[in-house]
Amino acid sequence: MITRSDLPLRVINSSPEAIAKAKKRIARSFKQIRWENIFNKTLMIMGLIMIILVLGILFTLIVQSLPSIKALGLKYLWGKTWNPVEDIYGAWPFLLGTLLTSFLALIISIPFSIAVAVFLGEYHTKGWVPNFLKNAVELIAAVPSVIYGFWGLAVLVPMVRSFEGHVGADPLGVGIFSSSLILAIMIIPYAASLGRSMITLVPSHLKEAAYGLGATRWEVIRSVILPYTKSGLFAGILLSLGRALGETMAVTMVIGNSSAIPKSIFAPGNTMASVIANEFTEADKPVYLSALIELGLVLFLVTVVINLIGKRVIDRFTND
Amino acid sequence: MQAKSVKYRLGKSYGFQILTYILAFAIVVPLLAILFYIFRAGITRINWHFLVNIPKPVGETGGGIANAIVGSIIIILIAAVIAVPIGIMAGVYLSENRKSRLAYWVRLSTDVLQGVPSIVIGIIAYFWLVKPLRGFSALSGSVALAIMMLPIIVRSTEETLKLLPDSLKEAALALGVPFHRVMFKVIVPVGISGILSGVMLAIARITGETAPLLFTAFGNPYLSVNIAKPMQSLPLLIFNYATSPYTDWLNLAWGASLILLVWVLFLNILTKLLTRKWKVQL
Amino acid sequence: MKKNIFSIKNALLAGASFAILTVSLISCGGGTSGGSDSTASASGDDNTLIGAGSSFDNPLFSKQFSEYNKTNGLKINYQSVGSGAGIAQLTAKTVDFGASDAPMNGKQDSAVSGPVVHIPITAGAVAIAYNLPDVKDTLQFTADVLANIFLGKITKWNDPKIAAINKGVKLPSTGIVVAHRSDGSGTTNIFTTYLSKISEDWNKTVGKGSSVNWPTGLGGKGSEGVGGLVKQTPGAVGYIELAYAVQNNMPYARIQNKSGNYISPSIPAVSAAADIQIPADTKVSLTNTDAANGYPISGFSWVLLYKEQKYGDRSADRAARLVKLIDWMIRDGQQYSSALTYAPLSKAAVDAGEAQLKTVTYDGKPILQ
Repeated sequence: MITRSDLPLRVINSSPEAIAKAKKRIARSFKQIRWENIFNKTLMIMGLIMIILVLGILFTLIVQSLPSIKALGLKYLWGKTWNPVEDIYGAWPFLLGTLLTSFLALIISIPFSIAVAVFLGEYHTKGWVPNFLKNAVELIAAVPSVIYGFWGLAVLVPMVRSFEGHVGADPLGVGIFSSSLILAIMIIPYAASLGRSMITLVPSHLKEAAYGLGATRWEVIRSVILPYTKSGLFAGILLSLGRALGETMAVTMVIGNSSAIPKSIFAPGNTMASVIANEFTEADKPVYLSALIELGLVLFLVTVVINLIGKRVIDRFTND
Repeated sequence: MQAKSVKYRLGKSYGFQILTYILAFAIVVPLLAILFYIFRAGITRINWHFLVNIPKPVGETGGGIANAIVGSIIIILIAAVIAVPIGIMAGVYLSENRKSRLAYWVRLSTDVLQGVPSIVIGIIAYFWLVKPLRGFSALSGSVALAIMMLPIIVRSTEETLKLLPDSLKEAALALGVPFHRVMFKVIVPVGISGILSGVMLAIARITGETAPLLFTAFGNPYLSVNIAKPMQSLPLLIFNYATSPYTDWLNLAWGASLILLVWVLFLNILTKLLTRKWKVQL
Repeated sequence: MKKNIFSIKNALLAGASFAILTVSLISCGGGTSGGSDSTASASGDDNTLIGAGSSFDNPLFSKQFSEYNKTNGLKINYQSVGSGAGIAQLTAKTVDFGASDAPMNGKQDSAVSGPVVHIPITAGAVAIAYNLPDVKDTLQFTADVLANIFLGKITKWNDPKIAAINKGVKLPSTGIVVAHRSDGSGTTNIFTTYLSKISEDWNKTVGKGSSVNWPTGLGGKGSEGVGGLVKQTPGAVGYIELAYAVQNNMPYARIQNKSGNYISPSIPAVSAAADIQIPADTKVSLTNTDAANGYPISGFSWVLLYKEQKYGDRSADRAARLVKLIDWMIRDGQQYSSALTYAPLSKAAVDAGEAQLKTVTYDGKPILQ
């Protein structure tokens, strides 16, 4: 309500029309301020939604995996057998499968992603050739994972099978090795594009100083650019790893879905994500379902930590 | 110790340059192989019949993927309707409150959300929507996808608005324009291409997502437009048919893959065009 | 400013054209796929039933449901996700009916909120399909050899034990790739129940159930997945419902039964095994049959539904549609069995199913008179 004291001094003693007019104007600006507050609150609530979502996800995962945490305790993580019929739940085969596929994929992809980063960031930054390569990298990130899986099944798996025949492994085709190859292709863009932008951030006076001392191009790359960007490249690799750990569909389609502990990199296996995809809808016992959700919780925590470290490293790097 | 000859060092330099070239361009090989293979395997399957019919019973030949195409469009549209307003407003909030404590946590949450594996989002949507509502539904799939879209939209909105000169906003505010109108009439319109490209990117990212739909949208052999019921989508159809022994199903899956791929690539190109335009405007 | 307004216009235009494209796609999709579709979406969604479960049944179900849809307009969304998933989703009440090739066990019964009735829907054979491109003759397995292959103890196709029962067949020296189910499956239950009956070793180390801890091999999701694995992997052997093997032209083995005869899976061989007394609750296993001409790895498949259909916000109408559908499936629906190599239900099985179906109620009142 607008009281007398809200009115400006010069209108308090003037005609009633003037007072009414002034009141109207003030009412309007009050309304505007109210709108302003509502708008600000709305913005804040939308921001809060992000926090609520993350806490909600964490909370749901923890609550739903409590039955399994209570029943199985910590030995769940290194239990070697996964046998829902006998109510034995050990996550070790899946942890191992996830780590094997992800790190193998990382090892395969690193040389390629660093080469792309150096090419685009140092050798050729402008022109149609680097543009083509840049678009190619973006397309690799854009292809849906189910299509990678389908292509892997139709093209890559037979190739791996004949390769396995040559090296004397069981010629299955599907397995840890095939999944790692597919994953390696899928994660290249993450490290490559981050590495590229990090390399372009290297101050040119550093490079020029090195050239001035008579260094060759390779020496500049090795002794100036790579050391300068190493934390950035590390962050890129972490983001790639995070992506590889959580990747579900492509892996599920080519890994062979076996709950036994993989004996070699050519053996079939299962990752945490693929076992959830396979068994989530059919878990008919509370502990079974809960054990699967606990896998999701572990996966969530691991990927979140890896991603956050990666982001922190990038922030520090770009702010320096 | 004698320094290595200049010739040797230059040779080494060129050697590594060539190695870098080879490794860098090696990544084009699998990409082209995939694109080529999908196009070759998919293009012969696609015809009018394929686009407007639904799949036949197991083992019978013919049939199409209309249910999956329509399902994908509906699920994605609803996901966008949910995620776009929330994402843009949260992005505006972040760009307006750069230093506040709450903004720090919002930003952190966005980063966390971006890293959450898609299968975990699927589990979450199952417990938040499928279980309480007693049934698989397209809506629950849309919500799962919307959660995946959010961080991309939030960050791209924030980054875009950050780049706009403060003078723009200050000029409008100095004229006595209320803050929310400054936002809607000045800031957001100027940054619209950047924001839109974020939205497009987010849509492109979720179009091929399968894992969050496994326990939510569930699939449906019929054409359905009821979002409270299960619905088929292209990625689900590909996943289910790709691993089967039926040649006819495999063919459907190849055709569906091609459509999905073209769709995703189209969205990516659109995003690129938008980004280019936005850069020109700045 | 002019430039900016222009860009908003462009953006709006793009958005609008996208929306128009979408709408036109939806409407044209709905329009061309038949009259029943458009009426269905108009008259609300009680015209769709949702089922999930056994992939063993999927070829038969999708034929039956497609035919039923033609005559009654009812749409049945059946997802072939595996028997375990069928039971789990029925328990979670996310589906109208489940389908399983394994009757619910004690643990599953205790998890579910009300009594569930089992209606036998078909009988089928679990075929042992293999992929040996150079072998033209049909292989034969004894129970013992089969158990040892799936235990990972026989690893080569030219193992003397296999050669001894397949005289005259030139067996390759390639390794055996075992393909099994990665999801909970009634087919697995039928197969492992059989192996447990005939192999002490199997019974002790692996046991029976709808998802067991496989000692060896690759996992495929659903019968489709196992079929796909066997078809694409040379040297593979896996167990799938006969229809999958027949429809995909995959060779399958003859299995020695209790009477010592090598039997190829077929409709008469399954019917012979299924020609038995059916208990009132219809939960009966057909494996390792005594019948001289019976195929030893056969089994019933059941449709599962709640005895009391009034739960959640289910309408009486929906419950009636469901019961009517199942009644049709065990009677008229059986005509589609033979073409898909499922054995039509015997009179005894239909009667037992009918009796069970009559116990289904809505709000305490029986639905089927």
